[in-house]
Amino acid sequence: MLILDCPYCGIACDETELSPGGEAHLTRFGPGSSEDEFEGYLFMRENPRGVHFERWRHAHGCGKWFHAARDTMTMEVFGTYPAQTTEPPAELRKTISEKRPGWSWRDFS
Amino acid sequence: MSDRISALPGAASSGSIRVEEAGLQGMVTIRGDLGDKGVSDALKKVVGLTVPEKGQRGAGDGMALLWMSPDELMLTAAHSEAPDLVTKLGDALSGHHHLVCNVSDARAVFRLTGEGAAIRDALAKLTPADLRPSALPVGMVRRTRLAQVAAAVWFEDEGTATVVCFRSVAAYVFGLLANASKPGAEVGYFR
Repeated sequence: MLILDCPYCGIACDETELSPGGEAHLTRFGPGSSEDEFEGYLFMRENPRGVHFERWRHAHGCGKWFHAARDTMTMEVFGTYPAQTTEPPAELRKTISEKRPGWSWRDFS
Repeated sequence: MSDRISALPGAASSGSIRVEEAGLQGMVTIRGDLGDKGVSDALKKVVGLTVPEKGQRGAGDGMALLWMSPDELMLTAAHSEAPDLVTKLGDALSGHHHLVCNVSDARAVFRLTGEGAAIRDALAKLTPADLRPSALPVGMVRRTRLAQVAAAVWFEDEGTATVVCFRSVAAYVFGLLANASKPGAEVGYFR
């Protein structure tokens, strides 16, 4: 069972109070994009054993979307951050590097 | 015009705590940029209360402002005053991006009274929220889940808690609360 801190409310939310939103930081490709780009946006997902970035919505609460970084193997949560960004904050990446040296996820490390 | 009635008039149960449907309660949803001084000044003028801190409830003379999300407040007042407050708030907030809506009849309110520890025990059976007095002290509002439905919970004092849920699930929530506080079903965790 995951417990994530909502960056807006500051409360520790149980997984059952949240709605999962899948992988974080996707780039949306729509009309005008190539077939490969659209396929990547629609279907291609990371499936890491280790560091992962996800979107969650505090559905039984403030209703806001936020991002979370966690380890898919140990379920350790590295941190959460607001959704108004296209990449994980540097501070959080530093925290992850201390705990999982050499990690990488898509283009981030 | 037809008479207004609450979701479960007179519903009450007595067990480890007393659960009562609180009757008609005025509730106004206010959305806007809470950090905007124009918005907070308008609220102060109409309601007489300052915008509560994150997760808090600020109570005044018969009214209270509850922090619901970074851009949403709930104003509780007498049921009959709610329509008037919506008009006044709408006027005071004109010029600022906002939404003010009377949601009184969309909700059901339950009052839980008794020993604080027993109230926390009963609620803890239904919600994943941390109910320790340090995590949910008097003055804090916790929006969460009671069994399968959304609800908000706060303590007015250590012996009185209020639960708000959608009106359509009022009977379900009353059943949950009554069952969780049945005599003989005490947990004693918070005692």
